[in-house]
Amino acid sequence: MSMKKLTQKMEFKPFVVLLVIIFLCGIISGGDFFKITIVDGHFYGRLIDILRNGSRYAILAVGMTMALGTGGTDISVGSIMAISGAIACSIVDERILQALGGNVFLAVLLALLAGAVCGAWNGFMVAKLKVQPMVATMILLTAGRGIAQLIADGKIVTITNDAYYSISGGYFLGLPVPAFIALIVIVLFLILTRSTAFGMQVEAIGVNQASARLAGIKVERNLWIIYILCGITAALAGIIESAGIKGADCNNCGLMIELDGILAVAIGGTALSGGRFSIISSVIGALIVQTISTTIYAFGVAPELTRVAKAVIVIIVCLIQSKPFMDRVKSLMPKTAKVEAQEVHA
Amino acid sequence: MALPVSGEAMGKRDILYMTDICKTFPGVKALDHVRFGLREGEIHSLLGENGAGKSTLIKVLTGVEQKDFGTIMMDGKEISPQSPIDAQNSGISTVYQEVNLCPDLSVAENVFIGREPKKGRHIDWKKVNERTREILKDFDLDINVEERLDNYPVAIQQMIAIARAVDVNAKVLILDEPTSSLSAQEVKKLFDIMRMLRDRGLGIVFVTHFLDQVYEVSDRITVLRNGTFVGTYDADKLPMLELVGKMIGKDYDSLEAIPKLTNTGKEYKELLRIEDGTTGEISGINVSIGEGEVTGFSGLLGSGRSELARLIFGADKKTKGKTFIKGKEKDIRNPLDAIKNDIAFCPEDRKKEGIVGDLTIRENITIALQSKRGLLHKISRKEADEITEKLIKDLAIKTPSADQKIKNLSGGNQQKVLLARWLATDPDLLILDEPTRGIDIGAKAEIQKIVVDLASKGMSCIFISSELEEMERCCSKMFVLNDKKIVGQLSGDEISQSAIMKQIAGEE
Repeated sequence: MSMKKLTQKMEFKPFVVLLVIIFLCGIISGGDFFKITIVDGHFYGRLIDILRNGSRYAILAVGMTMALGTGGTDISVGSIMAISGAIACSIVDERILQALGGNVFLAVLLALLAGAVCGAWNGFMVAKLKVQPMVATMILLTAGRGIAQLIADGKIVTITNDAYYSISGGYFLGLPVPAFIALIVIVLFLILTRSTAFGMQVEAIGVNQASARLAGIKVERNLWIIYILCGITAALAGIIESAGIKGADCNNCGLMIELDGILAVAIGGTALSGGRFSIISSVIGALIVQTISTTIYAFGVAPELTRVAKAVIVIIVCLIQSKPFMDRVKSLMPKTAKVEAQEVHA
Repeated sequence: MALPVSGEAMGKRDILYMTDICKTFPGVKALDHVRFGLREGEIHSLLGENGAGKSTLIKVLTGVEQKDFGTIMMDGKEISPQSPIDAQNSGISTVYQEVNLCPDLSVAENVFIGREPKKGRHIDWKKVNERTREILKDFDLDINVEERLDNYPVAIQQMIAIARAVDVNAKVLILDEPTSSLSAQEVKKLFDIMRMLRDRGLGIVFVTHFLDQVYEVSDRITVLRNGTFVGTYDADKLPMLELVGKMIGKDYDSLEAIPKLTNTGKEYKELLRIEDGTTGEISGINVSIGEGEVTGFSGLLGSGRSELARLIFGADKKTKGKTFIKGKEKDIRNPLDAIKNDIAFCPEDRKKEGIVGDLTIRENITIALQSKRGLLHKISRKEADEITEKLIKDLAIKTPSADQKIKNLSGGNQQKVLLARWLATDPDLLILDEPTRGIDIGAKAEIQKIVVDLASKGMSCIFISSELEEMERCCSKMFVLNDKKIVGQLSGDEISQSAIMKQIAGEE
């Protein structure tokens, strides 16, 4: 593949941005950032943390990419996370469905199923009733946490179950388990979208729904599928999060995470108006968002300033992605444009 | 013979003068040293086939694209518009084919948007409305200026767009395909306005595909071909046949070579029959389509001809009626059902319902075949390449590669890609709703020829067009519609423009 073709790939820019951010973090931290130690055959370090915590975002971003690809959106993912966390933890803690005996596998399965049901509701609103996606999913955004509260009986459900903890804290081949879960999700979605015609159909729907329909694409069915998938990925993220904090906190689990999810996809380069999407790009976008969060904590930014710091970095990332801005920068400094651009990062 | 572009000799001043304009897009030299001169107080038609460079020249002039080379002189000063606003400030206003106003604002708001008169810090609405009324009076438009824009028909919206364009201190007015969606009466009105503006000293650039309209209203004509300047001519000294020859670079006779598909008493076997077909739009339809026959649906805009096509294709929800294909009853409830029964449909509105703009030509061509095969049977890249390459060649689609986004193609080539999309599905029945609207005469003839060829190979076609002439040429059977009902049927030699008109008018 020629250099030009490579740079035109949708994944190229986000990937470079990710490398630059990680690199800068490394320099500022004097190398600590890159340090990876091995304890008991497990890898530890900032990069591993990013991988572990970023997996949640990545899984979420994969589902969100599909919804955004159709020109829709799903802002109920945070609430779906809360619901799935509440269901999984309540079952494991034998607060509901005692007949299952706290079986972790069944708990996870039912939580995912709940995510699918939530997604189906969204799909029904968007595909069948043709409600605008943001409004349609806003219903679950607001009602979802209430449902989660009902399931958890209004309490924070804390659990003691090593098998469940390992979903977030466990290791496989020395690497965190969530990274593998994310990897499986990514591969499954890549197969779904690129080995079948599903990806192209989603893009066609996103670009021009009317044309897509007349070309024989089952727009309604595809929208159902996408919102259900989005619900399932959100549920999975919710399970990982609840396993991480060893319990279900219905008020805070996945709070405002829909915005991070959309941000990850946007940084990855998928237009929010729909059309061309790239799952890999969105995953890179998710890692960028996570790296920013991790870095801010790592550098000891005062908690009250973390959001501001994050916003500033996001603005810079967006500016780098903005073509008019970069053209302007380049035209101002015809020869030193590259150097300048990097200074802007710093 | 090309006249000198400059108009000094005629006593009228050149208001706009473009020389040596070059513009290259990746893989295409869109403009190659093109000149164009416009005098004040003239209507100047800019003609050429699709892809000749008309649109690009207009885009360069209006600042949508930047030229690579050349000079643009406006009123004796060199200008280099960087954006449409920039061009507007230099006195160049444009009204596009698709009216680019805000449909949900009022008429007056649209006329004054972005330059509202103020009273103190607030917008002086009274003045906005009053001034709008005054401006529109010049255009003979007596309408409620506080009404929402989209409550008025497209023709009125277009007049409003022109009124706005002229009121923004324009010296040059560019009308890009202004007549495509207007009725004959509305076109006449528009021409009156164009003449009125010309007499006020405005220079008007008129871009169109309708050659008879060119002669009705133009003073001069400039022809482009393949991105090069062919010549500028006085309209009254250039016969239409010669003009067409200059546009396509060959003799007009080659266009006439399409034979009229006459019905030589041939009996066609029935392919499809609709009994009592009813949708929300149209009701009680009975039609029969023959195998290998070109059937026309004729009627005025809004007569129900498109609705009938949509009924057959399952694009509008059927509430009643039966569809029989080769004698067997079939349940066609949506476009996919129709596609699976080997029916294909190019809709009237190419942009809104036809092309998938951001996808490539390859994807646009294979998209319907993919639907036919099903989600899980993805067409391999190799097969897609083969299909696409063959159809690009067969239909002579002009594109640097199959990877181009379809929205970057000219209208005629987009239409050919849509045709290719359906040919890829190997249909028994091809429904074409206004396939030649807004495309140039060369591509038009090509599409007509393709339709006739396909029919002679056994494919049934339904052909819908506002241009009776081309219907007469292509169809061997015709259903005439009026007011959402079939009012008559013609076949073979009975088909003539006057017979159709009579049936529409309800005279026998």
